Amino acid sequence: MTDTAVEAPAAAADHGHAPATGISNSKLAMWVYLGSDCLLFGSLISTYLLLRHRSVEGPGPQDVFDIPFTSVSSFVLLMSSLTMALAVASIVRGDVQRNRAWLATTAMLGGVFIGGQVYEFTTFYREGLGYTTNIFGSAFYTLTGFHGLHVSVGIVMLMSLLVMSIRGNLGPDKAEAVEIVGLYWHFVDIVWIVIFTVVYLIP
Amino acid sequence: MAIVERPSDVLALPSGGVVTQSPLGVFARPRAKTGWRAWVTTVDHKKIGIMYGASALVFLVIGGIEALIIRAQLAAPGQKLLSADLYNQVFTMHGITMIFLAVMPMGAAFMNYLIPLQIGARDVAFPRLNALSFWTFLAGGIFLNTSWFLGGGPDGGWFAYAPNTGVIFSPSHGMDFYAIGLQITGIASLVGGVNLVVTVLNMRAPGMTLMRMPVFTWMSFVTQVLLVFAMPVISVALFLLTFDRLFDANFFNVAQGADPLLWEHLFWIFGHPEVYILILPAFGIVSEIIPVFSRKPIFGYPFMVFSGIAIGFMGWGVWAHHMFASGIGPISVAAFSVSTMFIAVPTGVKILNWMATLWGGKITFSTPLLFSIGLITMFTIGGLSGVTHAVAPADTQQTDTYYIVAHFHYVIFGGAMFGFLGGFYFWWPKVFGYFLDEKLGKVHFWLTLIGFNLTFGPMHILGLQGMSRRIHTYRDGYGFNLWNLVATVGAFMIALSFLVFFVNIVRSKRRAPSLPPPGPDPWDSRSLEWMTPSPTPEHNFDDDPIVTQLDEFWHRKYGGDEDGRMVPIATAEEVAFPGDGSRSHLPAPSYWPLVVALAFPLIGYGLIFNLVIAALGGAALLGGMVGWALEPPDDEDLPPHGHDDHDDDGSAAVEPEVASADLEEVTAGD
Repeated sequence: MTDTAVEAPAAAADHGHAPATGISNSKLAMWVYLGSDCLLFGSLISTYLLLRHRSVEGPGPQDVFDIPFTSVSSFVLLMSSLTMALAVASIVRGDVQRNRAWLATTAMLGGVFIGGQVYEFTTFYREGLGYTTNIFGSAFYTLTGFHGLHVSVGIVMLMSLLVMSIRGNLGPDKAEAVEIVGLYWHFVDIVWIVIFTVVYLIP
Repeated sequence: MAIVERPSDVLALPSGGVVTQSPLGVFARPRAKTGWRAWVTTVDHKKIGIMYGASALVFLVIGGIEALIIRAQLAAPGQKLLSADLYNQVFTMHGITMIFLAVMPMGAAFMNYLIPLQIGARDVAFPRLNALSFWTFLAGGIFLNTSWFLGGGPDGGWFAYAPNTGVIFSPSHGMDFYAIGLQITGIASLVGGVNLVVTVLNMRAPGMTLMRMPVFTWMSFVTQVLLVFAMPVISVALFLLTFDRLFDANFFNVAQGADPLLWEHLFWIFGHPEVYILILPAFGIVSEIIPVFSRKPIFGYPFMVFSGIAIGFMGWGVWAHHMFASGIGPISVAAFSVSTMFIAVPTGVKILNWMATLWGGKITFSTPLLFSIGLITMFTIGGLSGVTHAVAPADTQQTDTYYIVAHFHYVIFGGAMFGFLGGFYFWWPKVFGYFLDEKLGKVHFWLTLIGFNLTFGPMHILGLQGMSRRIHTYRDGYGFNLWNLVATVGAFMIALSFLVFFVNIVRSKRRAPSLPPPGPDPWDSRSLEWMTPSPTPEHNFDDDPIVTQLDEFWHRKYGGDEDGRMVPIATAEEVAFPGDGSRSHLPAPSYWPLVVALAFPLIGYGLIFNLVIAALGGAALLGGMVGWALEPPDDEDLPPHGHDDHDDDGSAAVEPEVASADLEEVTAGD
């Protein structure tokens, strides 16, 4: 994904005419990809819903979940959407310094979320829920693992933007690259809202 | 005309931005224009299309040989050519190869080559991603086929029903190759899908509104949308299977409470749109061929478009008709039964429109048209047997018998394959600059038609007599002998027909120098790709074509006289572009797509055999992506037709101004 964002200016240079939809190629590609990703998470969530109560042994959802802890890490992730929006707003204004700060903050908040997830997985594992222990374990780790992977990829994208910015390659002319990474980031957050509700909150 | 105005700052700004970016890339972009290097580093949609087509034909031959082995095994009762185990592998690989490695990429070949040309674009939206799709598909295809030498092919059928595909019931590495190989080709399809969807939406020439796009482009667009949404579902299914097999997860482990129906649902939610992914490009192809050879515009263009869209939508609501025998309950069965009958309606609309286009036309029975008529008739037979499956009580009798095999070969071979073969004959002169021989073409058609019906026609009877699919042999005395023998004879006849096709290619090429060249528009056609010289030059159109109506090219050649009759007003040569690419700006080639694509099978082998290889693959993937991102941007120092006079970086900004000035001239002339 990193390359899609970075490719934006190159792609624009490739082609003579303005896009027929008024949305640049890179941004439209991100939208289409996110549409596709909806079905990825849709399938994973359906799988989880089908399987979560079918375990024949080992701990179930209610035995391991620590709702207050996950609520805090969810809050952290949602706040990162706010900082992401601020990052986009600052680059549109041409405020490169602030943009850098907000990108770094967003990446850091994402990192905290991932840290929380690692802690959570370790705790669950200690409490006896391994990946292969039962069918709930397989479904839970796969779904949240895929989400964690998406967040991690997002962090890599943010760090790439940060590196570009530090090298002086991320001015207001490339605000769209930040916006595109922002689209991805918000999407991943929204998916987490669904996962948090469906997996953790609804018994 | 407002549509043609292109503010030059739109162009100048981004390219100016690019120029200031310091090229971090360790390697300069490759420059080869000819030889194998030009092919492996190309980002040209036409070369990529040709490579898709060539690879698809190679896989078609492999899949065809597998089919012949199956038919040889079943020619007579109690044969011992294949063991039960080997038979499972052969029919599984036949299915996978034909669907994922032959028919899908053949569609991709036409779509890659034709979409940018039909919408008047210079290339696809993301040329490097396009190359990535192709190489990833090829890597995945080769990966799948290497399973033969690494412990045996997949043996669970292309549908891979759980829990048969678990380690217990399928202990060889075959199903690992299936899960990971299809994952890789899935990445290729997804990337290609995103790319072509954006291309169709964004890259259209001035005036090319959605409802002026040729039907082929429309059908391809629907196909790509289906791919974008269907691929993630099979990806999830394949991930679950991979995790089960490699990491002992419990998704399909019935002892742990799993529900094997989960696989069937996920697979068919992908699988049913998939059949439309196979057939829609072929529908598009015949919708281009029929009007040209009946010398009439397509009948009911909006109906053609909307029925395609309707098929695309309804294709998502019929998946469970593959599962009538799996115990999904009477309400589900009834609902899916009805929706399946409904989806026959838009398909019927298309059949009707093709016939109405032919009706009263000045028909030339050329090879492309013969294949198109082949599609209409054969697909109708397959469609009708499909409707009999929609009737659930009948389906419970038919399911898992040869009747089903007959049905899906009539739609995929009789439908998709006939369409593609017609497409080969139709666009061959455009792509390669010489005609395929008509006489051999007709021999090819009739052999295919007869061989095809001999092979799959009798399977209807065999199925209704109760002969089961997927069983490696049958006993004497059930009345299966005669029709099986006939089917085997037919299969070899199909093989012969393809031999004729390949001979035709070679012979026509050899004879081409002594024949007159086809010129830009050999068939007196209607869409924009015929406005370029044959073969299409690297830059496609000299200038953006300006589109004012459906069948733009046709209307530039013909106008109404006082009586309202269409009379020629210009020859194709006058209307077509001369092929001067000096004003075009081409994307530079790149080898990073190849590097990234090669990383995928390495990761695959690694997951199966040794994680060290996977780590290497991961490193290659990462390196490839970094190289991709840091590659110096396309380049002004690569002029399309050799005028090397500009050495300053500002040249890119100047060039488009020339082009737009020229455009204004064109409009002024109008």
